[in-house]
Amino acid sequence: MKKLLTGDEAIARGAYEAGVRHASAYPGTPSTEILENIAKYDEIYAEWAPNEKVAMESAIGASMAGVRSMASMKHVGVNVAADPLMTFAYMGVNGGAVIVTADEPGMFSSQNEQDNRNYAKMGKIPMLEPADSQECLDMMKAAFELSETYNVIFMIRMVTRVCHSKSLVECGERQEVPVKEWKPDPMKYVALPAHSRILRVQIEERMKKLAEYSERSSFNHAEINGTKTGVIASGVSYYYAREVFGEEASYLKLGFTNPLPEKMIREFCEKMDRVYIVEEDDPYIEEFCQRLGFEVHGKDTFPPYGEMTPDVLRKSLTGSTLPEVEYDRSKVIRRPPSLCAGCPHRGLFYRLGKRKDIMISGDIGCYTLAAGAPYNAMNSTVCMGASISVGHGAQQAFNRAGVKRKVVTVLGDSTFFHTGVESLINTVYNKSDTVNIILDNRITGMTGHQQNPGSGFTVKMEPAPIIDIEELVKALGIRHVKVIDPNDLAAVDAALDEFLPLKEPSVIITRWPCVLKKFSEADLEEFDGLFSTKDTVDPEKCIGCRACMGTGCPALIFEKEEKKVRINRADCVGCDVCMQVCPVDAITKETGR
Amino acid sequence: MTKNILLTGVGGQGTILAAKMLTIGLMEEGYDVKMSEIHGMSQRGGDVTSQVRYSRERVWSPVIEKGTADIIVSFEKMEALRNLDYIRADGTVVVNSEEIPSMTVLTGEEEYAPDVIEELQKTAKKVVVIDASRKAEELGNVKAANVILLGALVQAMGLDDIDWEEIIRKTVKEKFVKLNLKAFAVGKEQMK
Repeated sequence: MKKLLTGDEAIARGAYEAGVRHASAYPGTPSTEILENIAKYDEIYAEWAPNEKVAMESAIGASMAGVRSMASMKHVGVNVAADPLMTFAYMGVNGGAVIVTADEPGMFSSQNEQDNRNYAKMGKIPMLEPADSQECLDMMKAAFELSETYNVIFMIRMVTRVCHSKSLVECGERQEVPVKEWKPDPMKYVALPAHSRILRVQIEERMKKLAEYSERSSFNHAEINGTKTGVIASGVSYYYAREVFGEEASYLKLGFTNPLPEKMIREFCEKMDRVYIVEEDDPYIEEFCQRLGFEVHGKDTFPPYGEMTPDVLRKSLTGSTLPEVEYDRSKVIRRPPSLCAGCPHRGLFYRLGKRKDIMISGDIGCYTLAAGAPYNAMNSTVCMGASISVGHGAQQAFNRAGVKRKVVTVLGDSTFFHTGVESLINTVYNKSDTVNIILDNRITGMTGHQQNPGSGFTVKMEPAPIIDIEELVKALGIRHVKVIDPNDLAAVDAALDEFLPLKEPSVIITRWPCVLKKFSEADLEEFDGLFSTKDTVDPEKCIGCRACMGTGCPALIFEKEEKKVRINRADCVGCDVCMQVCPVDAITKETGR
Repeated sequence: MTKNILLTGVGGQGTILAAKMLTIGLMEEGYDVKMSEIHGMSQRGGDVTSQVRYSRERVWSPVIEKGTADIIVSFEKMEALRNLDYIRADGTVVVNSEEIPSMTVLTGEEEYAPDVIEELQKTAKKVVVIDASRKAEELGNVKAANVILLGALVQAMGLDDIDWEEIIRKTVKEKFVKLNLKAFAVGKEQMK
């Protein structure tokens, strides 16, 4: 049956059809929907892990135990998972194993543009690169078969456009794969140096066999239309190239890209007068061709970064894009993302941004938007969980250099569980005096509301134990802990006033749910009057000072002609942050509700 | 010949649902279809774009090249202007006259130009302005604006052989079927 699926949905379908029994992941754009779709299948055990390393290790354990297993994550997640991945690649599998990496050429929602094909090369991990949703499904099925045949984990490298584009997919039936027997095998599963030295030699043999297979893989194929121009492309870049190079050019479409099919590439390059390499991110195929001695054109012609979409290719080749209409672009306003009306981060950042003589070490989440106007309340963001440890390093340096600057670290609940806990252990152990704020909005917000260890549910929406952040940080040895409602600006100020002068570490937990969350019964019980009211401006009292606009709430509208602020009733959820900011008490709660 | 459709709007306007209905219809009609979506970092308030390509033959790229869209359907007028470089010289722009200010407008940092529609009309060959949000409100629910625009799109692209009624029945909640069928008809009427 044909279905119109995104690449992520097709990966999930592929996992189902391949008989996968175990899937673990941490959410991250554009990979999140893979596990969300896998979770719909009763036949597959699915879980959100607190981070990608744990997800990878969970999948490794399940493979050892004899079932087909997988882990999926965004490209930077593989950095976190790289430690177990690199060694598991030595060990080989029992049940077939696959890691799916979702790379982000163009960085739509990522902090860097790393090309994870380099991980496949570095780890000697065989790799497939799907170009569309059908290939996502087909490659998943092939990857599990090949993983068991060649005794190695496979990598599937997606990019945003493959993850989030829909195309037609022929769906099949699930193939049940029996659970393999687990037997103790220290040579294979205990990565002692003595064992790894033996495995290291065997890997070379395995890669030779895989290189032979790559030559005959149906995912690599040539389409010869002429010998003047040849294009070698992997993944979705092949489709982009088809649009621009057209029917006259010949193509070598590569889907099995580690090891690359050397003979096939040689034959193709020898036939062609001129060869272009179209690939996103690094010159991975290009450098391989150059090593074979071919003079090919890749990054000398196309940009070394960003997506290789048809307009990018066309501009690189011909000097211009297709003709576009001319119009006054200066009229186009910017539409930057902003914290939602009622976002519980607003109150905290509105007040935190007013503090002087501090450094704010931030993290990855919706709250990274606090780095911009009107809050200007974040001075650094590196990677998941870095806020606390970067803040610790800065605080130590400031203190020792005699700089009087307190460091405040800020991260979300899911980010804290991800890798913030170890960072906080470091802060306690090495005696930092940072103020650490955990924004507990009861969900993983930015990636679209995934459950996490603090939210009370699993990915399959089964009730789960709740890790209590307050008890956890106390157990780590933090003696000064406060749980506050971030919409209460006086409480925010009081907590900061109390903790900033301390000579030991402290934790403030701001506890209020994400406004977009589907509230659980526990939420409704805990949070009184959750987003059930509206605030309103009395135009008689409003003096047009725009103090409330400084909170950055999208429900507030400044009417230029009247020089008054108005609240968009449809957007307001009655968080009262603007009300507390108004110097003339012009904002009140709507009555009669 | 591959046809290119660009749907754009602001988060929460139902752009993605309209694109979904469109692609289901095209798929059931036997076209090869590809759709690509880009939505901003935040859940709300950012701009949203869905690109749909279909053909009786094979569709290659999932993304539309600038200067090649046969039609732009914009759920908000500024978003039509933002994406106008996608339109081909003889393409059609269907635009909802709704104005949604961005954060930069709300804070007074930028001004929402009063002549967006005029700028569109000056540039594009064919511009159809539909007061879809108001018409949807008249039908009883502002959220049906997306299906009004879908109706206009179907009419403009000559896709009325497809059983859209059935697709609407399948995709929206039962209690909204009647509303959306009416909205779809209103949209088609605008293009006649």
